Amino acid sequence: MQPLLFGHLEAYLILALCLFALGLYGIISRPGFIGMLISVELILNGAGLNFIAFNTFLAPDKSVGQTFTLFIMGLAAAEAAICLSIAVAVYRHFRTTLTDELSQLRD
Amino acid sequence: MTFTFDPSLKFYVYLADAAFLGFALLALLGGIVAVGARRLIHAVLGLATSLVGVAGVYVYLGTHFIAAMQVLIYVGAVCISLTFAVMLARTPQEAARNPLFLPAKVGAGFVAALFAGLVLGTAVLSTHWVPAAEVVPDSHTIEAVGMRLLTSYALVFELISLVLLVAIVGSVVLARRGRGSAGPGGT
Repeated sequence: MQPLLFGHLEAYLILALCLFALGLYGIISRPGFIGMLISVELILNGAGLNFIAFNTFLAPDKSVGQTFTLFIMGLAAAEAAICLSIAVAVYRHFRTTLTDELSQLRD
Repeated sequence: MTFTFDPSLKFYVYLADAAFLGFALLALLGGIVAVGARRLIHAVLGLATSLVGVAGVYVYLGTHFIAAMQVLIYVGAVCISLTFAVMLARTPQEAARNPLFLPAKVGAGFVAALFAGLVLGTAVLSTHWVPAAEVVPDSHTIEAVGMRLLTSYALVFELISLVLLVAIVGSVVLARRGRGSAGPGGT
């Protein structure tokens, strides 16, 4: 017999799509740097889930998708480190991390 | 990958389905908290919950190594550094003086997410996905992933290592700047 949910590729794709849509909403609606960064992490997770799902169900070689998801995780870690230090530096300089109040590179 | 089970195991398949639904709901509800929470620290906690849910879904896809890395890297490293940044770069005064959500931005974000969800959802549900005709045997194991990392994708692997090194050095430099001349080497 077939399982109702986890045996179908569409279940994983819809879950990844929901994560992507949530992240997109967060990037646009959040006013601060760190909130936007959290949303970007959600989007990257949706992408990683898509890679693994497609690879597991459709691809002949099951190791490629896992390798790429590991690359995504490494890039996400580097991106988080850079963005967070930028947020801390901007906060020290301007006393805010709200994107609407930052309109110049230096004062 | 095809999941077929002995029909006499019906109860256990339903149980596994229910657990999958639980992990998916964990990922979704955590994501909703992550983008909707008023306080940033709650958003970080929601993100951690969501990432744990996605790690559970990875287990269902048969990629246990990726699930472990998800918990280690995302929940362990990224969320902790996010917590540090939230504590370093946000004051209660700032949170009190600014409205966290502007109606125009929330509306624009909602429309964009709805549009992307409708277009991509239609694409997902209307496409007929065709599995590969033949599968490379034993290609889902950690050994196969390690061989990939050190043979076909060795250059990418080295580049990612370099990117991580540059990112860490750059973040140290960035975070030191503007600190005043309190410490040695400060500008």
